[in-house]
Amino acid sequence: MEAIGDLMSGFAVVLSWQNFVYMVIGIVLGVIIGVLPGLGGANGVAILLPLTFSMPPTSAIILLSCIYWGALFGGAITSILFNIPGEPWSVATTFDGHPMAQKGQAGEALTAAFTSSFVGALFAVIVITLAAPLVASFALQFGPAEKFSVFFLAFCSFVGMGKEPPTKTIAAMMLGFALAAVGTDTVTGQLRLTFGSTELLSGFDFLVAVIGLFGIGEILLTMEEGLSFKGKAARINAAVVWQTWKELPRYWMTSLRSCLIGCWMGITPAGATPASFMSYGIAKRASRRGDKFGTGEIEGVVAPETAAHAAGTSALLPMLSLGVPGSPTAAVLLGGLLIWGLQPGPLLFVEQKEFVWGLIASMYLGNIVGLIVVLTMVPFFAAILRVPFGIIAPIILVICAIGAYTVHNNTFDIIMMLVFGVAGYFLKKCNYPLAPLVLAIVLGDKAEESFRQSLLISQGGLGIFFSNGLVSTIMALGLVALFWPVLSNLYGRLLTPARPT
Amino acid sequence: MSDSPDGQSSGPRQHLVEVGVAAFMVLLGIIAIIGSLRVGTGWGAEGPKSGFFPFWIGLIVVGTSLYNMVRAYTHGSRKLFASWMQIAQVLKVVLPLTIYVGVIPWIGIYLASALLIAGFMRWIGRYGWLLTLAISIGLPVVTYFTFEMWFLVPLPKGPIEDMLGL
Amino acid sequence: MTHTLRSRVVAVAMTALAAGLYVTPASAWEPTRNVEFIVPAGTGGGADQMARMIQGIVTKHNLMKQSVVVINKAGGAGGEGFLDIKNSKGNPNKLVITLSNLFTTPLATGIPFSWKEMTPVAMLALDEFVLWVNADSPYKTVAELVAAIKAAPPGKFKMGGTGSKQEDQIITVALEKATGTKFTYVPYKGGGEVAVQLVGKHVDMTVNNPIEGVAQWRAGKVRPLCVFDSKPLAGKAKIAGDLSWSSIPTCKSQGLDIEYLMLRGVFMPANVPKDAVDYYVELFKKVRATPEWAQLMADGAFNQSFMTGADYTKWVEGEEKRHRNLMKEAGFLATN
Repeated sequence: MEAIGDLMSGFAVVLSWQNFVYMVIGIVLGVIIGVLPGLGGANGVAILLPLTFSMPPTSAIILLSCIYWGALFGGAITSILFNIPGEPWSVATTFDGHPMAQKGQAGEALTAAFTSSFVGALFAVIVITLAAPLVASFALQFGPAEKFSVFFLAFCSFVGMGKEPPTKTIAAMMLGFALAAVGTDTVTGQLRLTFGSTELLSGFDFLVAVIGLFGIGEILLTMEEGLSFKGKAARINAAVVWQTWKELPRYWMTSLRSCLIGCWMGITPAGATPASFMSYGIAKRASRRGDKFGTGEIEGVVAPETAAHAAGTSALLPMLSLGVPGSPTAAVLLGGLLIWGLQPGPLLFVEQKEFVWGLIASMYLGNIVGLIVVLTMVPFFAAILRVPFGIIAPIILVICAIGAYTVHNNTFDIIMMLVFGVAGYFLKKCNYPLAPLVLAIVLGDKAEESFRQSLLISQGGLGIFFSNGLVSTIMALGLVALFWPVLSNLYGRLLTPARPT
Repeated sequence: MSDSPDGQSSGPRQHLVEVGVAAFMVLLGIIAIIGSLRVGTGWGAEGPKSGFFPFWIGLIVVGTSLYNMVRAYTHGSRKLFASWMQIAQVLKVVLPLTIYVGVIPWIGIYLASALLIAGFMRWIGRYGWLLTLAISIGLPVVTYFTFEMWFLVPLPKGPIEDMLGL
Repeated sequence: MTHTLRSRVVAVAMTALAAGLYVTPASAWEPTRNVEFIVPAGTGGGADQMARMIQGIVTKHNLMKQSVVVINKAGGAGGEGFLDIKNSKGNPNKLVITLSNLFTTPLATGIPFSWKEMTPVAMLALDEFVLWVNADSPYKTVAELVAAIKAAPPGKFKMGGTGSKQEDQIITVALEKATGTKFTYVPYKGGGEVAVQLVGKHVDMTVNNPIEGVAQWRAGKVRPLCVFDSKPLAGKAKIAGDLSWSSIPTCKSQGLDIEYLMLRGVFMPANVPKDAVDYYVELFKKVRATPEWAQLMADGAFNQSFMTGADYTKWVEGEEKRHRNLMKEAGFLATN
């Protein structure tokens, strides 16, 4: 095993006390960035990038990648506590994480989220260690048709599973697609649905919609019910961590599945956000307690967090080996590599062995350090829920506004946040599901883009979506997922007569 | 359905609000359709045109929302959507927030945030002046240092910041 | 007063020394706030990389008291970023780096802005374009490729490129005209993605910038056929085997009479003080003198033209006319 030897020499490079200090600093900064919706991992990395030029590249990339880990960890915190996703990939974490906090289980939810993140990332790093070249060639298989099939699958695995009336689900989802279509059409370069407004050029950003629908909407609902967050009874002590850990191994199957989904989505690179949605959707289908999802099931926190972190980590591989960033943060890191004179691409693994294996070793250590840091902060975060609503609510409103503004540095987005907030209040009260709407905003334009790129390549023929084994398999999986309720119903009926009653 | 004067047990009915929400979605769907027609909704030689998907999506939004509208009117719950009291509670956030959003381009986000927090804490939370002032001034200051100084993310500023040369 | 003045002079002298330059007289103007460097494109692209590189160089060599903040405003094919500059009249703490979308976006989409509503600062470099094919493909020269395209049914050969109705597609249309053939143009979001699509054989050829294709070239995954410039590239350093940038023939010498270079330049909002423009011109001169910049120029085989003032304005004017013609010929002008 040559990789193991390389990894060991990587650890030798990384294990110095300075690098350890950089790791802790990076994780803490990253958590702060992840918590504030106005700052993404890309901000932190971009801002600190210039400061790291005076360090050796290995130390610098350790500091920066630890910010990245920290941000991945941190995104879950506000999702669980306040229903406000700090990062796009933590939206799916709100579905069960926030109800858990409302039931007084904020500590459990946070512990489960952090631990799952760790497991997902660790799995992805092991995949990178053992199969980097293989994985890179797998990523090359993904042209537009394959990408579309992945979005199709992500979508199919998520729809048609709510308790809400189907017509409302469809209406909400289609509204999401319509919102996603606003702005520049990437395929033709045309503007559409902007009606001459320059504010709408860049369309509706997913984060603005989510901050409004979830964050502001939640505050309005809370106001209506009287002035309190329902999380006051949270047990806050260190024992929560141990108790949750005892419970987690039960969900090993969900974890493993989410790890695989996450790695796959990170490598292709579809990204952490679709990975988290897809993983949540499939976990809900597969779980025996699936009908309880959305009311505060710990499994509903494990699935999206594991997948998001696995995807976020494995996204670094296409960046290093192909030069294609899997996320905006990775894109900024990529810029950093170039400034250090490191050229990402197939030869990076050969020519810059010390750097690459140092980075991979730092992924192992950074995650372990990160997990310890964030777990020690669990009681502190859970205690934030004890702050009275009259104080925390206006602060949340301000943080939401800053978060919405920073997406495009545009005050128009703050107005949109308010509109989405009021819409979220009405939609929720009228029993419209918000998750399909949000998913459609995230995936809508990407799915349409790859669909139309595929048709350009096939010169209009739909056969391209079944033109090879890979794309056919994914499409077939998607169709199975789409018709799963019907299929499982049929299967159930076939089995029932055989069962003794 | 007698109106009681206290506002606790009267308010808009659920089904009427649902009709309203569905009607609004019909409107959004129609806007999407009109916008799509402008850019072409056909299926050209090289796949769908810019307006193809938004057009059909708009149609589906209109179709399902019309169904939802009728369904809500005939079968919808006649229960209260929310009492007038509750709606007043919600408006206590929505109205200040609207003003907040409206003044940000003029006075900047820092001053506006201080005013929003102070107003909310004082009149809704009924906290004392000392705590109110501490938080309403403290948070924007912390925000300034975090965003502008530390992470170099510029936020909207107004005449006061210009005067101070920040 | 004297004290602050003196410390300022000292600071300027130190920065100049740090950049390894002669001491310039203290400029009358200096930025008072963090300088926002707008990138009218997404993260990871050529313009973004250059902006972040400049940010890094300015910080590392301490060239400016205030910080440079890179902000991506990619919406509306970059229209979002240019509109921001247009609407920031008189703000001397804002810069924008341009791609060809300075010319193409208003023409193709009708988004209302023009370079005339901005203040030209400096041309930093010109980016080259190279015709690439997959290294496994049988085409070793332009002639072989053109012959194969002509033999195949129209639209069979797929050209991958960045964006729609922008530089890559303009070159594609010019190629179609020059060879009398028809390609299928497939737009992607960024140059890195286009390069990978070529390596993965999802498209047949690309016209990526050198810096977007160099990593895959070195790894032997792609092959450059010709460069869209009047003379071969300058770089003599060996990149792939015995080949260097300078071994790529010009497209003209291969029978394709097409030249296209892309502006990597900097603009400011309108109505800014003259001193501010001078300050930034000096700043970019210092940036260009650093070894990091030289390295970037060599890696990306940039055409290192530098222009400021009236020369630059005149060049931009000519380039706008040229783009208007190119876009018109290609049928890319906005209909409304």
